[in-house]
Amino acid sequence: MNADTLIRIFTIIAPLSLASFGGASSIYAPMQHEVVDIEKWITAREFLDLFAISRAMPGPGSLFCTLVGWQVAGLAGAIVASIAIYLPSSIVVYGVGHVWSRHRGKRWHNALEKGLNPLGAGLLFAGVVTLAKLASDGFLPIAIIGVVCALNVWKPKIHPVVFLIGGGALCYGTYAFA
Amino acid sequence: MDQTRRVPLSEIYRTFFVIGLFSFGGGLVSWIYRDAVDVRKWMSREDFLPGVALAQVMPGVSSTNCAIYVGQILRGWMGALTAITAMLSAPFVISLGAAWAYKSLLHIPGFQETMVGVAAAAIGMLMRTGVEAARPQLRDISAMAVMIASFLAVGVFRFPLVPVICVMGPISIALAWPNAKAEGEQ
Repeated sequence: MNADTLIRIFTIIAPLSLASFGGASSIYAPMQHEVVDIEKWITAREFLDLFAISRAMPGPGSLFCTLVGWQVAGLAGAIVASIAIYLPSSIVVYGVGHVWSRHRGKRWHNALEKGLNPLGAGLLFAGVVTLAKLASDGFLPIAIIGVVCALNVWKPKIHPVVFLIGGGALCYGTYAFA
Repeated sequence: MDQTRRVPLSEIYRTFFVIGLFSFGGGLVSWIYRDAVDVRKWMSREDFLPGVALAQVMPGVSSTNCAIYVGQILRGWMGALTAITAMLSAPFVISLGAAWAYKSLLHIPGFQETMVGVAAAAIGMLMRTGVEAARPQLRDISAMAVMIASFLAVGVFRFPLVPVICVMGPISIALAWPNAKAEGEQ
């Protein structure tokens, strides 16, 4: 692993940090494009696996970037990727936070919320589609995506881990007994 | 932002460390609320709530954004840095442990198939979050248009994210401006 790779990790992720409206989900599509398609650092399979790990472990979804950094360049990669994804957006939040609480309840707050929320929602679906494409070799994963989504809307109280284990068990079962 | 007492950085660290450790599947902002307002009485509800909106609107994950906001109110930039570091430290170590284990599990027969199932379930949950986020946008035609356009641009046409944000962000905020209200307005 060399310094060039670390710098590249940083220059790919840091701009995405500032653009990650709506949270981690907005960066899956561009991350997939950069690290799988262009840099070819990891395979589509690994990308999907790292996503699964990041969701099965505690912590915010953007720890996914940390895992990609780890996979590409070990511990140094993980640290650089973490700084790249958290530092830029955190500085913005910190900076705006000062002004924000002083101008509580102003019209521009509401305009920002109303304007940026639909953007975040659209980007979230872009992330879902990117990941679903990677996962959909065969009927079963697509069925799991649909069923989990529906169950989750219907019974929001079910613990996420139940779904993750269920999905994994179902796919393992099909593999082992088919 | 008058403080009745100076909250020690160690207390900020401990609180957010525990929140980070048990942070499964979102909803973390309400955890932070419970600790900061109800349990530890660091701040009033009125001081906390603007942070929720801020965390949501700004780029980045809402839970870590919220941690920064709370840390900042308590102890300035040191507080913010302490809060986010604390919140990420346990998940950072645990996730790396899992990624390390993942590499050694790869050659076990059936492991890859299992991971696809786990990933599919995680995608399903993400999609549900999307459904929840999309619902309020459906009431407004311009919000709906922005949502669909940003989805198509990044998800289907694979335009790079940053230029898309730079174009769509201002357009979307401008579209929302006529309907935006100050607090208390009808």
